[in-house]
Amino acid sequence: MRLEPITNPSSARRIFPPALAIGTTVVIASLLAMIAGANPFSVLGLILNGAFGSKFALLETLNRATPLIFTGLAAAVAFRAKFWNIGAEAQLYAGALMTVLLGTGLLPWPSFPLLVTLAIAAVLAGAVLLLVPALLKTRFGVDEVVTTLLMNFIFLLFISMLLEGPLKDPMGMGWPKSARVISEARLPRILDGLRLHWGFILALVSAVAIWVIQTRSTLGYEMRAVGLNREAAAFAGIPVNRVLVKTALLSGGLAALAGFSEVAGLKASLTLDLSPGFGYTGIIVAMLALLNPLGVIVAALFVAGVFVGADSMSRAAEVPTYLADIMLAMALLLMVLAILLTRFRVVRD
Amino acid sequence: MASDKASVLRLNNITKRFGTLVANDAISFSLNRGEVIALLGENGAGKTTLMNILFGQYTADEGTVEVFGKTLPPGNSRAALEAGVGMVHQHFTLADNLTVQENITLGTGSLTSFSLRRSNARARIEALSEQFHLKVAPDARVGSLSVGERQRVEILKALYRDVKILILDEPTAVLTPQEAEDLFATLRQAIANGLSVIFISHKLHEVMAIAQRVVVLRHGKLVGGVDTDTSTKEKLAAMMMGAEAEPPEVSTAHAGEALMTLETVSTPDIGSAPGLKSVSMSLRAGQIIGLAGVSGNGQAALADIVGGMRAPTNGKIVLNGSPVPSWTPRDAVNAGIARIPEDRHKTGTIADFDLTENAILERYASDPFSTKGWLDWTRARRFANEIIDKYDVRCPGADTPIRLLSGGNMQKLILGRVLEADPQIILANQPVRGLDIGAVHYVHGQLLEARDRGAAVLLISEDLDEIMALSDYIHVIADGRLSPAFERGQMTPAELGLWMSGKGEVRHAS
Repeated sequence: MRLEPITNPSSARRIFPPALAIGTTVVIASLLAMIAGANPFSVLGLILNGAFGSKFALLETLNRATPLIFTGLAAAVAFRAKFWNIGAEAQLYAGALMTVLLGTGLLPWPSFPLLVTLAIAAVLAGAVLLLVPALLKTRFGVDEVVTTLLMNFIFLLFISMLLEGPLKDPMGMGWPKSARVISEARLPRILDGLRLHWGFILALVSAVAIWVIQTRSTLGYEMRAVGLNREAAAFAGIPVNRVLVKTALLSGGLAALAGFSEVAGLKASLTLDLSPGFGYTGIIVAMLALLNPLGVIVAALFVAGVFVGADSMSRAAEVPTYLADIMLAMALLLMVLAILLTRFRVVRD
Repeated sequence: MASDKASVLRLNNITKRFGTLVANDAISFSLNRGEVIALLGENGAGKTTLMNILFGQYTADEGTVEVFGKTLPPGNSRAALEAGVGMVHQHFTLADNLTVQENITLGTGSLTSFSLRRSNARARIEALSEQFHLKVAPDARVGSLSVGERQRVEILKALYRDVKILILDEPTAVLTPQEAEDLFATLRQAIANGLSVIFISHKLHEVMAIAQRVVVLRHGKLVGGVDTDTSTKEKLAAMMMGAEAEPPEVSTAHAGEALMTLETVSTPDIGSAPGLKSVSMSLRAGQIIGLAGVSGNGQAALADIVGGMRAPTNGKIVLNGSPVPSWTPRDAVNAGIARIPEDRHKTGTIADFDLTENAILERYASDPFSTKGWLDWTRARRFANEIIDKYDVRCPGADTPIRLLSGGNMQKLILGRVLEADPQIILANQPVRGLDIGAVHYVHGQLLEARDRGAAVLLISEDLDEIMALSDYIHVIADGRLSPAFERGQMTPAELGLWMSGKGEVRHAS
């Protein structure tokens, strides 16, 4: 058996394998639910209902999708240029840290200018954090997969140290958490009474902005060229290293916005469980979206829906929530296979 | 001529398809004992594919290979070797870090009684190298050998395995004319000893010199088999190229001022590839300078220097009278240098970009294709369509990924991309490698036209015929050193060959 490339895939071939991947994921998840003792046919319904079935559920899903859109964009932007930023988790915390440092009363400003300042500061912090691996790569050829991945552990320990020390909330009853940001530093809700904040809108705007940059700007063109063929890009005169650094700055900044939005929009303070792995899940989101920035929105909603829905399903059907992790892992693996099948055909010798 | 007419090899209706391309279309011929057959054809005619099928590296879609009357199992190189078929590939398959003897004996015999085997092997190698005039040092490390010596090792490797049928894939492509003569002497010796040889080439004079019979392939089809006794180069050329063979006429050049001058430029060696050693040359308006040389003698370094991929470590680049302050690919593009790279797939284009995106690859960052960092796709598309029309790029449309185009059409897009900028200087590095004859003539015609418009052209090629046909002046490069410039017709191929092997001497016209 071998794979033969398909030069011009038909639209059926583009759509069918990914659809089959999602379908297979649901079937396997149902079987696992059955093993866990639940009715396999009700699982999908319970997940859908738990994720999108009510206003509360839907808002919960949108809230959960917000940081995933940011980290998904961070991965999508970087991966497009074949810059493997695995460190979105650290950059997220860098953004959150900046928000807490400046938002807990240091800048006693009115809401709007304060929020804009916090967002910019967060972006800069994330960008600078990724600048180090980027320069190590362009200057010395150090593999960014290793450096960005290890940076996650270093930075989380650094945050942990801050939360046990200088940033520890004196009113926190001994918990390792920071003080709450002042009310001017809270992202307002989009509509009164609804638990959905402006971070979601910022995420949508970011996705569209990245899409425009990728398709219309010279920077986007450079990033795609560098990602597809570094040698040809360099020959044509594209400053490859400079493009990689710019990509890193953009990617780090986007991941940091997730941290800003979680603190300013939802949690108000910094804790070590601010992110349940949003940085890593962002990679799944980006891959499911085929690195398309607009696709990231859809993929983030899907992934958030699975998490929120599985939470609610596990309460109703008494199935462990780990089913959500299994579903996502399966969806990713099957989707990668499906993408392969849209580009190659299997030939038997 | 072969005394014994027994057929040792027979190909029956071999067909091989790659996607929609038919690389070999129902090809049949046979090879007799003690005979040299030349397999003649343009680049891409299907010669190498056919031989890879014969040697068991590809599986034919249809047809069979018979050796000494027995059908070979498809796709099995070992079976082919055991049946007595040996192949010397265009790109050698030797281990650089092993000695000549180790390379030759690798994979033969058992691993027991090692020391006895070694001395026997040594004796055998020495006998073979004596018998076939293949001079090698058995203890030399292959990595330190010249290309010609490596080829001798490859041939010895095949002879050591007692092959009866030897396939040589473009064996002279990497040799100087003198080394090629030595190879022919070896082959004559081999057929006198009863070997049969298939000699793949697209060079007519070699084919006439060594082969008894010629089998001609064109676009994957067998267009004929003729005896060299009863044929001429012209007839073979007509068979090989079809009716379209009409090379562009070369008019006399009117050279102008020097547009680019290299002054004692040196670059470091990269791996086994030599850098430039104090190279000086001038590219003048209205002139084609040909750079001849055996592959891997510093051509890449010189192309990198002229194309802006590398800055010299010593010496300087002078453009229009003043030395360049900085030298990057973009500096070169901005200086009006048209760069046609050696590898159009890897460096010339981005395979998954469409024609429009590839067309603006060098100039996307400047007017008219972008302003303040935003691209103007309408202008870009118009530019791509202009190239497609003017340079006859055959494609479904400007939004087609360029990987779907043939090599010739890809090269036409690159030509259009660089020539539309009205360049002062053209760097053409192997501009016709792998192209069919129609595209070859087209590319050559465009280069000549640009020259007549007043551009300075640097043509780098490993094909001496191409260099001699087009160039007004020829430099030979050997081990990173440049020969003086020879005027058109001043040197014979043999004399250039001497320079190519690094043994040239300055000859003063009296």
